[in-house]
Amino acid sequence: MINALGQPQTVLLLGGTSDIALALGRSWARQPGLYVVLAARPGTRREAAAEELRSAGAEVEEVDFEATDTAAHPALIEGLAAGRDIDVAVVAFGVLGDEEQAWQDHDAAVHLAEVNYVAPVSVGVCLAQRLRRQGHGVIVAFSSVAGERVRRSNFAYGASKAGMDGFYLGLGEALRGSGARVLVVRPGFVHTKMTAGRAPAPLSVTAEQVADAVTEAVASGDDLIWVPGAMRGVMSGLRHVPRALFRRLPI
Amino acid sequence: MPDDGPLGPEVLTGWGGAVRSAGTLHHPTAADVARRLGAAGPRGLIARGLGRSYGDPALNAGGDVLAPLPTAIGPLAGDGTVEVSAGTSLHDLVRFLLPRGRFVPVTPGTRYVTVGGALACDVHGKSHHRSGSFGDQVVSVDLVLPDGTARTVTPETDAELYWATVGGMGLTGVITGARLRTVPVETAYLDTTTRRLGDLDAVLAEMVASDDDYAYSVAWIDTDARGSSLGRAVLSRGDHATRDQLSGRSAADPLAVPGPPRVTVPFVPPVGLVTRPAVRAFNELWFHKAPRLRTGELQTISQFFHPLDGVAHWNRLYGPRGFVQYQLVVPEHRDDVVRSVLEQVSRDRHPTFLTVLKRFGPGNPGWLSFPTAGWTLALDFPARRDLAPMLDRFDEEVVAAGGRVYLAKDARLRPELLPAMYPRLADFRELRDRLDPERRLQSDLARRLSL
Ligand SMILES: Cc1cc2nc3c(=O)[nH]c(=O)nc-3n(C[C@H](O)[C@H](O)[C@H](O)COP(=O)(O)OP(=O)(O)OC[C@H]3O[C@@H](n4cnc5c(N)ncnc54)[C@H](O)[C@@H]3O)c2cc1C
Repeated sequence: MINALGQPQTVLLLGGTSDIALALGRSWARQPGLYVVLAARPGTRREAAAEELRSAGAEVEEVDFEATDTAAHPALIEGLAAGRDIDVAVVAFGVLGDEEQAWQDHDAAVHLAEVNYVAPVSVGVCLAQRLRRQGHGVIVAFSSVAGERVRRSNFAYGASKAGMDGFYLGLGEALRGSGARVLVVRPGFVHTKMTAGRAPAPLSVTAEQVADAVTEAVASGDDLIWVPGAMRGVMSGLRHVPRALFRRLPI
Repeated sequence: MPDDGPLGPEVLTGWGGAVRSAGTLHHPTAADVARRLGAAGPRGLIARGLGRSYGDPALNAGGDVLAPLPTAIGPLAGDGTVEVSAGTSLHDLVRFLLPRGRFVPVTPGTRYVTVGGALACDVHGKSHHRSGSFGDQVVSVDLVLPDGTARTVTPETDAELYWATVGGMGLTGVITGARLRTVPVETAYLDTTTRRLGDLDAVLAEMVASDDDYAYSVAWIDTDARGSSLGRAVLSRGDHATRDQLSGRSAADPLAVPGPPRVTVPFVPPVGLVTRPAVRAFNELWFHKAPRLRTGELQTISQFFHPLDGVAHWNRLYGPRGFVQYQLVVPEHRDDVVRSVLEQVSRDRHPTFLTVLKRFGPGNPGWLSFPTAGWTLALDFPARRDLAPMLDRFDEEVVAAGGRVYLAKDARLRPELLPAMYPRLADFRELRDRLDPERRLQSDLARRLSL
């Protein structure tokens, strides 16, 4: 159960090897007694991630998870952590891809859409059923400010995030009154493995800052946050900029 | 209301508003209880009273929740005992008893609790040093066991089941009724003595010296006071007033029954209104308003026992995140823990709107019953994530001193500490395995703490 101060007992990290997911796991593991289900592709990255969370004090169960294998998701999520409720499920997987390849190379485009949109929809549906049945719990969905106003510079990525963002916002509405909740997180530029080598955008943040904001939002029952919070104002301005002008902005 | 079948799950919260989950609420009659238990699905069932527990004992995420049974009281027997349904509130019971010159021996800080809830939490009042807790004042309990069999349990005929049920947080069976002892009173008024004391030592010394002279005693602590006035308090004590102490309006109606709340907080404000400046101002005002010493003041039952009942839904003032109450008990010689807790709260400037200190008499054999002889301190805090380290520290100090925290108030304890706090937990678990192998009775509290 999530306690009165917002601390979960069991957390599912889908795409558990991402820097943000790990920072989040470490943040919750500061309280003793955390159980983490680490769902990711098998391999050294997952082993390292599991080790990191164990040394942070959590009990860790490793589970094989392949985002694009959507047919396997229903049985996988049903079978996870048998005998335990999932207090928080974090949908943290995604690919950034190469911006120009992503709209010109058929395989690359489809893969990006599958990982960033189809797979989140697939796990979202399964998680919603499970959390609704257990009568409580939070789904944390990592969207991106890139999905809020899709830009020419990374529109294949932005569009996939726009789709998943819309889906999870809607899922949150659908789950109202069921005891289960959805938190959509829209980070700006985060310094991680995924963005390594790219020039940081203004208002960039670290994975730790994202994790802090998310743990706080889970505790306070928010359903949508921007990290950093100032992004909210920036994006609501950008959203309404006319296309002709938007095209010329250096973003 | 008879059980017409559920409308589907709804989100329920504890009184503190900081934990919530969805369960399917049923409105049963006593006759439906066994059937409901039989039909409980994999997430089980829990009985709920008026939901005055601060945390999650009356929540059952994804399962069934039984609303209180209809009120049924009486008649009053010649020996002063009375038969009541488990769903009867102490408010209704007091209104039944007073005109007959009787009162309940144990009442918590609100009358809006049910007899079932009072038994399941083994609640205590300001009379604990003399009368013990609720379970000490019960003649017999009517219980429907998880397998559907109905039993009338007394401490004499089935001590094990009785003392597992008193304080058993609703996990041994559904209580359908009880026979309770009552005490004679001449009036509905309390003859009170109020004393303002400048620091914790003075408060503790005064309570040790003379609590036993009064039927009721409680100290309200100003948690904003620090340094040499740490623990300064207003000590309020009383006895039931006799008829010849009344005059004027009260003399004309000496057994006047208490009424419903006068004011209601209509909705949950978007942000908590219990903020540091507000709390500070309140504490300051309230401490200085109290007299150094005032004796012989007559107070009504509501004024003396249930001041918060005057405002319905006052818990909403804490806003959407709600609040938690931390209540500990430590043995009498470990008053250093009380001091340490107060020091940390005042040093870190946590706003606590309501901090209460009482001196318990000996505890009863209830397996998970909270009271034991010593000091009990209860503090309300707005629920915030950054409270966790401090409360975890308190838990460690309390356990090390041989004390415990109160499950009726809890919503955040770390499960590993529970066996040390409640030494009979293993027996309780073993009994549940025997009585309820399929776990027809479950609650969020039971899940969170693996009860
Ligand atoms: C303002 C205020 C002041 C308070 N002061 C005190 C105090 O001074 N001392 C004190 O001890 N407590 C105090 N409390 C706590 C309160 O007395 C207890 O939480 C009490 O149990 C609430 O009763 P309820 O009917 O609302 O039960 P709920 O909160 O609905 O349920 C409490 C527990 O009782 C069980 N239960 C309820 N009905 C049944 C049944 N029929 N059969 C089996 N189990 C059942 C539930 O499963 C649950 O585990 C206070 C609470 C408030 C809000």
